[in-house]
Amino acid sequence: MKMPDSRRAALSMAMLGALLAVLFVFSFVLGRYDMSPLEVIRILLSRLIPMQETWSRSMEAVIMNVRLPRIALACMVGACLSLAGAAYQSVFQNPMAAPDILGASSGACFGAALAILLGLARGGVTVFAFAASMLTIALVYLVSARTKGARSVSILLSGVMISSLFSAGASYIKLVADPSDQLPEITYWMMGSLSGARLGDVTFALIPMALGALPLLLLRWRINLLTLSEEEATALGANTGRLRLIVVLSATLLTAGSVSVSGMIGWVGLVIPHLSRRLVGNNCRHLLPASMLMGAVFLLLVDNVSRNLLATEIPIGILTALIGAPFFIYLMTRKESLL
Amino acid sequence: MSLEIQKLSFAYDGHEVLRDVSFRLEKGEFLSVLGPNGVGKSTLFRCILGRLDSYAGTITSNGDDLSTLPRRETARRLAYIPQIHQPTFSYTVLDTVLMGTARQLSPFSQPGKTQVERAMAALERVGAAHLAQRDFTRLSGGEQQLVLVSRAIAQQAEILIMDEPTSALDYGNQLRILQLVRELAKEGYGVLLSTHNPQHALTFATRILALSEGRVAALGRPEDVLTPELISRLYGVDVIFAKTTAGRVIVPALAGDIV
Repeated sequence: MKMPDSRRAALSMAMLGALLAVLFVFSFVLGRYDMSPLEVIRILLSRLIPMQETWSRSMEAVIMNVRLPRIALACMVGACLSLAGAAYQSVFQNPMAAPDILGASSGACFGAALAILLGLARGGVTVFAFAASMLTIALVYLVSARTKGARSVSILLSGVMISSLFSAGASYIKLVADPSDQLPEITYWMMGSLSGARLGDVTFALIPMALGALPLLLLRWRINLLTLSEEEATALGANTGRLRLIVVLSATLLTAGSVSVSGMIGWVGLVIPHLSRRLVGNNCRHLLPASMLMGAVFLLLVDNVSRNLLATEIPIGILTALIGAPFFIYLMTRKESLL
Repeated sequence: MSLEIQKLSFAYDGHEVLRDVSFRLEKGEFLSVLGPNGVGKSTLFRCILGRLDSYAGTITSNGDDLSTLPRRETARRLAYIPQIHQPTFSYTVLDTVLMGTARQLSPFSQPGKTQVERAMAALERVGAAHLAQRDFTRLSGGEQQLVLVSRAIAQQAEILIMDEPTSALDYGNQLRILQLVRELAKEGYGVLLSTHNPQHALTFATRILALSEGRVAALGRPEDVLTPELISRLYGVDVIFAKTTAGRVIVPALAGDIV
């Protein structure tokens, strides 16, 4: 007798959670400044419960100001991109949908490039990226509201169009940017990186991420209805128009929040939801939380490679594409196709 | 629970599809909708299900206008059983049937023990409880249709709307599904079912609604209204009704037969 689905899903999630916890602590140990896992745990806990200091000031500074923001951001971005991807796939009934499908990423790129061109500091770049990302989605929605035909198709098509407009804008900015300092900065941002993450980035991204993740997690069982035909979903009592709008807006907030602090990190939002579907099935009740956990584990793992493999850091966006694309080809060509 | 359609007319871009269609469906009735392709059967169903709203006339249930009721309230009255089709994402049979309980749950809640029991009871009713943990997409067409019927049972609405549920099924499964639907009507469900096969309407339905060029061509008990003339008018073919000890059968009139 096969194990009931819900119990298998719960077990998988417990294992993912445990894996994430171990990886989280282990990630602090990695790096040029040596420290033991026990010290890491003690330093982290000392912020919550009073403890005798057995570590040096600089050790604490490395952990709290350098490694903690970066590790936390890797988990948050991985979890949110994966959650957004899983939600987009359900709402557009399209297994190829991904967080950047509606142009949130190209909008963010344009905003970031513009901010760098204007000579703004890092905080300004983040704010610009976020604002441009939201503006893109608003445009996509306005355009698709004026088109005829199936709503989910028209949103996708307007997404492709608006997104290519913003990409053109970003390309133009690259053309006019100062090639000695601005252009490399823009290019580096577009490759996606978590290097230089600060506590300010974490708190900035936390608000849109929480606002996006909460409705999705609360509505997650109901999101299943959107994967049925419009007739069926309506007849089952779902207010499909409103539900779809909430899901798309929430997933967009997650994407914009992530991209604005990390740059373009591709493939996570496409590959991780598919892996999670393998593990816990298509029921969003389990799929959404499992995608978040797996996304956090994956991005944390890749970021550890990104900052420790070579002396100079490899932008994480390059690594996720290097891992993601071949993996997806493998998924597509296996005997029992997922797609 | 009843469903009343009064003077329903509908036009796509000025092209008239339905004209003054009126009928009433009571619980316990099996009303079969007949008519050629493109006559407006699907349009009629979409109007009833609230997918098309720019129609003239009224669609009411127990006197309440369906277009003004909240979705969850309409879902309490009408359940829709679609033709089987391959879904984008597959769920287990139990998860599929559980979606029928959506209208009983608040938006933020998940189906619990009560809903699982209800879904299992619905699966048992159609004899598909052993499929509960199977993947819906791996089932045969007949099994899939049974699961969709049990989803409607789990929804606990009293009127079942079925748009050509038998058209993708083999002969045996067609008859099994129709038999099941007939039993459900006897248990008190009101059934509105469209079909391409007049024999099915004749054998299983308690009433027939025939549509021709968007208008009601006939409405009444099968034995009263289903005649060779009606079939010729609807489909443009000649048939013979033969009386047998097991009921009337419709056979095509071949060249040389005397009609």
